[in-house]
Amino acid sequence: MDERTSDRIDRRGMLQCMGWAGTGALYMMSGGIASSVTLDAALAATRPGARLAPVGSFSFLQISDSHVGFDKPANPDARATLREAVAKAKLLPVKPSFILHTGDISHLSKDAEFADADAIISEAGIPVFHVPGEHDMLDEGGGKAYLARYGKDTLGAGWYSFDHDGVHFVALVNVANLQPGGMGHLGDEQLTWLAKDLAGRSASTPIVVFAHIPLWTVYADWGWGTDDSTQALSLLRRFGSVTILNGHIHQIIQKVEGNISFHSARSTAYPQPAPGAAASPGPLRVATESLHGMLGIRTATVVPGREPIALIDAALG
Amino acid sequence: MFALLSRPTHAAWLTLAFAVSLAVAICHPANATSPAAVVASVQVVQIKNFAFVPAIVTVAPGTTVTWTNVDEDPHSVVANDKGFRSRALDTQDRYSFTFTKAGDYAYFCSLHPHMTGKIIVKPR
Repeated sequence: MDERTSDRIDRRGMLQCMGWAGTGALYMMSGGIASSVTLDAALAATRPGARLAPVGSFSFLQISDSHVGFDKPANPDARATLREAVAKAKLLPVKPSFILHTGDISHLSKDAEFADADAIISEAGIPVFHVPGEHDMLDEGGGKAYLARYGKDTLGAGWYSFDHDGVHFVALVNVANLQPGGMGHLGDEQLTWLAKDLAGRSASTPIVVFAHIPLWTVYADWGWGTDDSTQALSLLRRFGSVTILNGHIHQIIQKVEGNISFHSARSTAYPQPAPGAAASPGPLRVATESLHGMLGIRTATVVPGREPIALIDAALG
Repeated sequence: MFALLSRPTHAAWLTLAFAVSLAVAICHPANATSPAAVVASVQVVQIKNFAFVPAIVTVAPGTTVTWTNVDEDPHSVVANDKGFRSRALDTQDRYSFTFTKAGDYAYFCSLHPHMTGKIIVKPR
């Protein structure tokens, strides 16, 4: 959307427009299990008369695959759609506590791309936690530019964890030192750290893991999985509620395995084909009027108790 | 051995590649005893639909291989043993490497490591 267009649209129009971009998802942590709804649904749920989130809950936002710098036919202006995603997030009646960006912030790891992404996302006015995507590792140093910007207080290639209101968040990096013929990769050093990070935590602690590439094998032929994710998942199985969020595949795919639920988010930049539905996983060109419906954000709401984290995926238009 | 990274016109590129290959073929000590290698040649590999096409190529020593990315996604060309490595190649970017010694050179895309290829270098 260009400036001229955005000047003309009202709030309703903006919501429709954001729906097309589908760039965000809102997660609601409720009793430690995440469930998602689209951002549109979240906004709808907060209209007059709708049930409000319980006291003591908090929400956060997931933005993924903003690919700032991408300008190919599938979306000639990835900056604009990221702006729409952030604008949509700002319309939420309850401000999320923070944003998780699940990687591919930039398209080619250029300083200007990172800087523009940061400037746009900072408009949301809430803290942002990052993990890198493979597109963020393309500088000469193979990820040093990412670490210089986002790596403070992280370990190795950028992994870390933090706690928020009783929920333990774990940021994993599965795009560093990728091996010939493989898929995503965590590596022994990170797995050793993860084991230590989780050790001693009560099994009742809700866990949210976020990484760029899926931690389950969505489609091996396209490399949509993580070679050594089994080892990470084995460390997570004893917990009663584990929510794993990722990007990379630019579409919503969900899967539940025991107490572990996997949620892949939309991109704010361009869609990709369903697994095996095209000759390659490259950017999917769709009619301009259809694009916003395939991009989005996600919100999550966490409510203390035994309920799942509520996830809401919102298209940009 | 050396690599070139550029985005010249096609004609300019071929001229340059030929000159470079010839220079390598003539000047490189390893080629002094291998008359076949004196014939400079070029080989093209496309990066298309998340694959190297052709995935396996056999060339004579002294051949300059040029990879061109025709996908909308960036890719890279990285030797498994890190003996050669391109930067990220955006759409229509090219990377060239001249292979002077016989051997098998397996490589992959460091962004999408399921993409693999091999250059087999042997005297004709």
